This record gives sequence, structure tokens and C-alpha cells, in this order.
Amino acid sequence: MINLKFELKTKLIAALNLEGMTPDDINDSDSLFGDGIGLDSIDALELIVMLDKDYGIKFTNTEEGQSVLKSISSMAEYITSNRTK
Amino acid sequence: MNNRIAITGMGIVSAIGMNVEENYGSLMQKKHGISRVEFIKTKLKSSILVGEIKKSNQELSHILGLDKGHNFSRTAMLGTIAAKEAVKDAGLSTESDMDCGFINATSVGGMDMTERYFYDFVENPEYRRFVETQCTGVNTQNISDYIKISGLSTTISTACSSAANAVIFGARLIETGRLQRVIVGGTDALCKFTMNGFNTLMILSDNYISPFDNNRKGLNLGEGAAYLVLESKDSYIERGKEPLAFLSGYANSNDAFHQTASSEDGAGAFLAMKKALKLGHIDSKDIDYINAHGTATPNNDLSEGRAISRVFNNEVPKFSSTKPYTGHTLAAAASIEAVFSLLALKNQVIFPNLNFKEKMSEFNLTPVLEVEKVKMNTVLSNSFGFGGNCSALIFNKS
Amino acid sequence: MIKNCYINGVGCISAQKTYDGTFLNEIIDHDNEPVVNVVKPEYHKYISPSSVRRMSSGVKNGIVASTLAMDEANIEQIDAIITGTGLGCLQDSEKFLKCLIEHDEEYLTPTPFIQSTHNTVAGQIALMHKCKGYNFTYVNTSSSFNAALLDGLMQIQTNEAKSVLVGGVDEIAPHTTSLFQIIEHYKSSTTNKNDSQNGQSKGHVCGEGCAFFVIESEKKESSYCEVVDVHFLNRLSHKAPNEFIVDFIRKNQLELDAVDAVILGCNNDVSFDHIYDGIQHLFSTSHLLTYKHLFGEFMTSTGVATWMACQIFKTSSIPKELVLQEGHRPIKNILIYNQYRDRDHSLILLKNV
Repeated sequence: MINLKFELKTKLIAALNLEGMTPDDINDSDSLFGDGIGLDSIDALELIVMLDKDYGIKFTNTEEGQSVLKSISSMAEYITSNRTK
Repeated sequence: MNNRIAITGMGIVSAIGMNVEENYGSLMQKKHGISRVEFIKTKLKSSILVGEIKKSNQELSHILGLDKGHNFSRTAMLGTIAAKEAVKDAGLSTESDMDCGFINATSVGGMDMTERYFYDFVENPEYRRFVETQCTGVNTQNISDYIKISGLSTTISTACSSAANAVIFGARLIETGRLQRVIVGGTDALCKFTMNGFNTLMILSDNYISPFDNNRKGLNLGEGAAYLVLESKDSYIERGKEPLAFLSGYANSNDAFHQTASSEDGAGAFLAMKKALKLGHIDSKDIDYINAHGTATPNNDLSEGRAISRVFNNEVPKFSSTKPYTGHTLAAAASIEAVFSLLALKNQVIFPNLNFKEKMSEFNLTPVLEVEKVKMNTVLSNSFGFGGNCSALIFNKS
Repeated sequence: MIKNCYINGVGCISAQKTYDGTFLNEIIDHDNEPVVNVVKPEYHKYISPSSVRRMSSGVKNGIVASTLAMDEANIEQIDAIITGTGLGCLQDSEKFLKCLIEHDEEYLTPTPFIQSTHNTVAGQIALMHKCKGYNFTYVNTSSSFNAALLDGLMQIQTNEAKSVLVGGVDEIAPHTTSLFQIIEHYKSSTTNKNDSQNGQSKGHVCGEGCAFFVIESEKKESSYCEVVDVHFLNRLSHKAPNEFIVDFIRKNQLELDAVDAVILGCNNDVSFDHIYDGIQHLFSTSHLLTYKHLFGEFMTSTGVATWMACQIFKTSSIPKELVLQEGHRPIKNILIYNQYRDRDHSLILLKNV
């Protein structure tokens, strides 16, 4: 799970072009949206596509996606239980 | 605006006809052109409906008599067919007539070819003649070369308001005396790039669209081209040509709200309509019919509906969206709908807003639902695009 | 009554350092490389980190250049925003297209699609300044900037607007560059550098950049010059370039010897540079300047030429690196002539204030 979290942080930084950020700057439990890292709805769409492409995760609705994308920890947990890739 | 600008010719090609007469016939018979994609191989084939012109690129090329080594994209071929009809309709034939401007509009340009051969260009020399059609300007060049236009020519690309903006710029070139005649309008072909792009925005409908309906789900994309010939008074009198109608008002403004969504109160749309009316010294009460942008997306129709209600102080004239017939033809939409507005004026008839069932809960607006004979003098046509770009055109009967 | 049109603010991002108020004090030698990128400004000074990360070069450069121009003209609100671009937002187009093709229509996201629309720069600037005014984008190969400037000029002359932001912007994207190299519109790494420098090879150096101007009906302290007239023709079917130029000059009530400096769009393409030879004979006593050997060639490079003209008027000097032929009189009028592959012959006439 530690490796997966690191991998997710690296992918997040690359996918969202967060220049100047490193995986060490993101804590596992930091809130990704709103006041934490400060991502928005367009970033959410990018992350949803990344989860599908790299882990085979498909969400049935946006609410489900929103709760999974809360933090690196919540993403890692969901991926571990549901990944098909 | 000191003098109205005369319109002396028009040409069109869309999913409901290959020329003005065919389009008019389909409009009157409530015959739409919406179907499944046939000429493009796409995974979206079974999930979306489009206004596709049922002619392959080979057939279009044959219609135009292009030789085998041509580099016309589908966009350029559709544009040429429509521009050719407009020139013929206006009776422009001599070299002096063709010392005429050309203001084209497109958003796709040659992307239909670029997406097809993006990697093949490297391996296959035979496709390389299409590399430069990626430039929208090269598509405009192809059309103007074919029609033999020798005056000032350029291309406008402001998403879904593009062709309206081409009309506006052409009109201003005449008003400032820089041109006497100018062909204005737009063209866009269907392509995977746009179909997939709109799909990622989740604003495509999987069904026939119903603009201004409470249960509308999104738009159907379409393809097509249409052009008008605009002329100064001196020019059409000298040529002895009777105008079809007049452009009596126009405006462009910006929502400045979001990259793709319109503001809920339709600020940009409101401003565009108000400015167009003001320019033409036209009272809102004098508008007999509105050909709405009406894409059937939840966002546009709400925004446009609000803007229209405000402009007309809740006494909204008869209105309809003709996009259920043709699909949303993107950069060509405004000129295709300008032709429909002119046909409405000429024949004193309003074309219906197909597929409508239930009015929107936000206001009391019901579009025209059947082909309706109406005495009218003045028509307003709206076109609103990405980047908040909003344009309005007003046409008057001769 | 026709109003005068003054350039009151400029902003330029290019392959030379053109954004810091200096006029080519330190020339960067690109050593005839086939592709030259811009010298980047500090984007974070102008754009928030959350926005800048999504933006392509063209959008970033456009925002910086337009901000510089508006700051210099000392205005916060603008009546109209008009841009020109030859190839549009290529980087996002390529990104979306690559994903479309490589993943066979799967895993697509909306951001690059939205940002690939040609009027993205104009739309972004409008959003930033909450400008609800007229907003047009011209995308017509190498006359795109000229069309934007003509539109702006018309707005000012007819008093439709008092302040207009006009700009030209183009960006480089790798795959498109390689395609234009394959068809020899651009020079490539296999082009002999000497041949390239001496205009003995096909194609031109591929550049990028942007130039924005605030044009106004009011003359200000910051006024660089007046925009007198703009013209362009897709194809010269009935006249040679010389005639095209002479007709334009005379239409503006001038004679040829009143044109003190001519900025030519020579780009070292052996197939087309000869078009400029005849023009040199027309202006035997004027300063003749070239610039694409410093900036590369791109579809809206006449914007950079316009920036150069502004600097010449302001400093009353011409860096020697630009001089093809020296003239011997002070500069009151500057003509910018450009063509691309014998298409889009375009002219801009500027006058001192």
C-alpha cells in the first residue's frame, strides 16, 4: 500500500502538471480538493480517467468518484479493493 | 449602422439538403437529417446521433470535379459546394464581380484529415498533401481558389459563433468602404476529434434533441456549410441585382464567465441581442421571430431562455431552434441558421422546434411546434460559443 | 470623422528577450537551429499556479504579453479583444489527438479539447479581465495578425471602440513541427546550416511567439506610433507584389520615397525569398530591415515586426542586426510587408507621432 500511495502521488503530480511539487509535499491524508492541495472539478475528471486507464476502475456516478478521490489514502484503499489492472 | 447591408445570394449544404431548395423542402416537411454516424469509424457510433451529410468524401470530390491529387479536406469540400451556390445565386460571374471579399469561418478546418493521417503522414508520402490542411486558412484558400475570389479573404474561428462573426466582419468591411461585395459564412465537417471532445464534456445526447424542453439531455453534432453574399447599395444597383433581404443589425459580446459554460443569467447573450437591436435602431417589439441557438444542452437553453426573457421583457416573440433538423454544425451553425432565417422571411413561415414535449420549469416559454405561416418583417438569429463568445444577427425583408 | 489609432502599449514574447522593455540589447544567437523556442518570462508573476499548470505556451505567453501591453497603456478595462493565430492551440490539439489515436477513443479528458479551440487565448484574456466586449479570433495562416489589427483599426477609426487589445500568438508542438519538416515547409536538423543561413535551402526556421498591442483613439505619453492602414490578399492574382505595395502606399496619400523604413518578412526559404528581391528596388533609399533570422518564422510573426517598428519609433534607433540596407533619413513612416509561400501578401503602415 505504501508503494501504491507513492505511485499515486507521482502520477497525480504528472497528470495534473503540479510543477514544483514532489511526492513528499503530499501527505496521505491531505484533502486533495478545496482547501488542502486545492484541486478542482476539472482535475477530478482527469483523475477519474487516470484510475480507469491505469487501474481499470470505473465509477458509476460522480458522487462515488468524489468520495474516493478525497485523499491519497482513500484512493489507495479503493484501488487495492477494486483494481482490475 | 447607417445603411442596411443587402444580401444578394445564399448557398447551403447540410444534413437536410445539398442546396437551398432541398433544405427548404426538408424544413417544410419536418424531415430531419439526424442518424447514426456512417462515414467515420468511431466507438461512439451506437451511442450518439449526428446530422451527417450522407455523401462520402469521394462523392463530394466528384460533385466538385476535383482531380485525384487534390488536398481539400471534407470541411473545404462542403464549404466549396455551398459557396459555389451562393455565388451563382447572387449572379456573380465576371472577373470584376469576383473582386470580392471572402470571410470564412471554421473550427474543424482540416482536422478530419489530420486525425486520419496523423502518424501515416510520416510513413506514406501520398497523404502528405494534407499536412497543411491542418491550417484553417488553407481550407479557406482552397475554397477561394476554386470560386476564384480575388479580394481580401480571411478566416474566423470563435467556436459556435464563428459564422455569425464572419457575417459581422464582412458587413463592417462594406460599411467602412473597404469592400463592395463579400461572401461570408462558415463550414465544419464531422470528425472524431470533435465527436470525442464533446463526449468528454458529457453534453451529447443519445437521442433526438429537444431544445428548450424540460427533459433535454444535450446536443447532436452536425456538419455543413452555408454562405451569404453581402453587398453595398452601390454594388447591387450597378449590377442590377435585387436583394433577397437585408442585414439590419448585428453584435458580438463575451460572457466572460467560464471556458465552456454560459453564465446562468446569459449575460453575454443578453448583451449581444441588445447591442444588435440598438445598432439597427430596432425595437424588441419589432422582432417577429427568433431562430434560437437552442442546442438542447441544459446549460445553453437555460442561459439563452433567461437572456431572451430579459431582452424582450417577458413578451418573447415566436421562436424555435432548427438544430433538431441539422444537428449543431459548430462554426457553420450561424450561417446555416442565417439561411433558414432568410427562408423564413422570404416565405413568411416559421420552421418548428422539433421533438419538444414539455416546457422548461424555469420559465413560461414554448417554441413554435408546427410549420406556421406568419407575416413577418424582422428575424433575430442567435449563436453562442465556447469561450463565452455570443453573437446576434438581425435580418429584414426587402 | 475617422479617428486616429495609436499604439499605446506593447507586450512581446519571442525567441529574443523582448518582454523587459529593452530593444535587442543582447542578441541571442540561435545558431541556425531549425526550431527556436521563446525566451520565457517568469509566468508565476502574472498567472496563479493553479491556472498556469493547465496552460499551453501560447496561452501563457498571450496572457503575459497582453498584461504587459495593458499595464503600459495604463488601462484596466478594454472595449474589445481581437487575436490572430496561424495554427491555434497546437499543443492541446496534439495532446488530445494523440490520446484519441493511441487509446482508440478511450481515456480522454475534456481539458485539452477545450483548450484546443482557436479562440482560447482571447477567451482566457476576457475571463481574466472580465471583459464582456467584442471578442474575435482570426485563424488565417500568415495574415492572421494583420486581420486582427485591421479589425481593431476599423473599430477605433469608426469610434466603435476607444481601447482595443490586439494580438498575434503561435506556439510550437513537436509532431506538427516534424510533419512540416517532412514536407519541407520547415527546415530540419538535416538541413545544412550554411545553406540555411544563406537562404539556399527549402523551408524556414520554425519559431513561435506572441505580440500584443493596446490600440486607442487617444494619444498618450506612452504612444509609440499610429496605425495608418492594414491590408492583405490571399492571392495576388492580378498584380505583382510591387504593384500591390505601390497601390497601398498611394491609397494612403503617400509616395514611395516617403516610406522611410520597410520591414521585410524574408525567412531564408530558397523557394520564396526571391519575392522580396523586387521590392528592394522599389525602396532604394529607405532603410530595409529583416528580422526572422533572429525570431524564426511563424504565422503571426508580423506581430513581432510591429513590436520592432514600435521600438524603432520610440528609440529612434535600429539595431544593426536588423539592417539589410541602410537608409539615410529619420524615420517617420514604417511599412511592414510579408508573404508566406506566395500567399497572404500583407501590409501594415505605421507612422510616427
